[in-house]
Amino acid sequence: MTSSLTPLQSPDSVLGQSQPFTGATAQTPYLDAVDTKLHRKLCGSIEEAIERSGLKDGMTISFHHAFREGDKVVNRVVDTLARLGFKNLTLASSSLLSCHDPLVDHVKSGVITQIYTSGMRGKLAEAISNGLMARPVQVHSHGGRVHLLQTGELQIDVAFLAVACCDEFGNANGTHGRLNCGSLGYAKVDAQFARQVVVLTEEVVDFPNHPASISQDRVDWIVKLDEVGDPSKISAGAARVTNNARELLIARNATDVIEHSGYFVDGFSMQTGSGAAATAATRFLEERMTRRGIKASFALGGVTGGIADLHKKGLIKTVVDVQSFDQDAAESLRTSSGHLEISANEYANPTSKAAYVDRVNMVILSALEIDLDFNVNVITGSDGVMRGASGGHCDVAAAADLTIIVAPLVRSRIPTVVRRVTTRLTPGESVDVVVTDQGIAVNRNRPEVEQRLRDARLPVMTIEELHERAVTLTGEPEPLEFTDRIVGVVRYRDGSVIDVVRQVKG
Amino acid sequence: MKIVKEAIAGTLESSDLLVKVAPSDTREIVIKSEVFKQFGKQIARVVEETLDQLSVKAGSVVIEDKGALDCVIRARVQAATLRGSGSEDLDWRRLS
Repeated sequence: MTSSLTPLQSPDSVLGQSQPFTGATAQTPYLDAVDTKLHRKLCGSIEEAIERSGLKDGMTISFHHAFREGDKVVNRVVDTLARLGFKNLTLASSSLLSCHDPLVDHVKSGVITQIYTSGMRGKLAEAISNGLMARPVQVHSHGGRVHLLQTGELQIDVAFLAVACCDEFGNANGTHGRLNCGSLGYAKVDAQFARQVVVLTEEVVDFPNHPASISQDRVDWIVKLDEVGDPSKISAGAARVTNNARELLIARNATDVIEHSGYFVDGFSMQTGSGAAATAATRFLEERMTRRGIKASFALGGVTGGIADLHKKGLIKTVVDVQSFDQDAAESLRTSSGHLEISANEYANPTSKAAYVDRVNMVILSALEIDLDFNVNVITGSDGVMRGASGGHCDVAAAADLTIIVAPLVRSRIPTVVRRVTTRLTPGESVDVVVTDQGIAVNRNRPEVEQRLRDARLPVMTIEELHERAVTLTGEPEPLEFTDRIVGVVRYRDGSVIDVVRQVKG
Repeated sequence: MKIVKEAIAGTLESSDLLVKVAPSDTREIVIKSEVFKQFGKQIARVVEETLDQLSVKAGSVVIEDKGALDCVIRARVQAATLRGSGSEDLDWRRLS
């Protein structure tokens, strides 16, 4: 019998390689039974999700760090993988913190043999700095990570994404559960790029769950866990509110710089990093904005409770949030329609079709070291050991109209303004003003900004004078000794290598 | 000046140091510091100079430094030494 589909069997047909119809659910057999139709993604355990994801030795797994020091997923999943006998995995977490110290054992035993991350702290960072891994750790910025995913250097096989709540199709968010981490900006990217996506949730809620920060069409498997994170520890670590007098002085100086920079006009946009002084500057800003009748069009970040507070008071029209640094920020994201959740791609990827950092007027960022060429180090401590994170530092510094670096001039007896940074993460050409407790220096390529600050009688001096002041207090430090071995590769936001970290001697 | 009894000065706060002195037949200095790699030699020099200034020929001096500046190191070493010497009769000019 000939049918209208007979041409499908002919190799010369205009229908080409198309397949003939064989049944309504031929490609969707799960629709044939209620159980598979509705509940097919639910797994009883992490083990089951790992098995169903098809994860194999040598593959790449990923995590996000929205729970910061409160994260309970990375260790649990990697412990499970170790127990199941996995080896030679690449760990690509958007960042790693002190709570991830147990990973040291999994590196030693060969479960993890390569790491991509924005940063490291604690014992893991120390061990890697001392040569724990055969392959150096790849340190990327938040925007640069998305770039590496886009170029294909980083290919995530299975993403394990902790969320506050999700329904049984995988519509998930970080804001509407019993525990709230706020924005899932980094997880959004992994959900988009990973071959397999496992959502780890504390609550499975009624379908359809909304807002869907991670949408059902990106989710393969769902595991319900008793706990995925401790939100009380989200603001532990770098993001803290200070009452340290010196930090407050730095914050006030930074606020003076903002006020007199020429960019403090109605409708300005801003970002603050997670350091103590950067966070504190937000508080001082409120009074200046009110006094001058100036409102901000948007604040980007890394959002703190301070920013959320200014938003609530109507001083910041829109908050654009890739990561919520504390409970107040998370609560603002949950309740305010002017508080937007964005992905790291929208936030800072240089090869995104548009990144929010491109429209930031002023940013306040922290630093471990700044050198005479205004290069900034945020990853290695004065002892050469890694203990920080790249974060969005170089992303927003490159794009913002005015990049302000805040730091105490000395930390204990370690100078912060140095001849040459131990490790370069953000190039000096992106940095405009350095604000310390003892003076302010302006990059030579911004004479107009320097003039405005001098006109406002702020304590402006040269970067060389700041350095001299620091060394007068502390004495000239002896140079650190390193071996030739490279333990870390610092990737600039465009994927290029801007510096390397070598193993510390002794 | 002679160290005749155990004494301490300072704290373990950041930017401070704890100095412990005790009687001993020789002058022994032990320095632990968070910034030893960069400033170990400089700390040792300040401690030696301060002890020389007070003519301390013998005694055990144990230092736990949390990144203190030289002026702080000098003050804490002087205080611990004076407390350990039990001396009421101080030559203040030698402490400047």
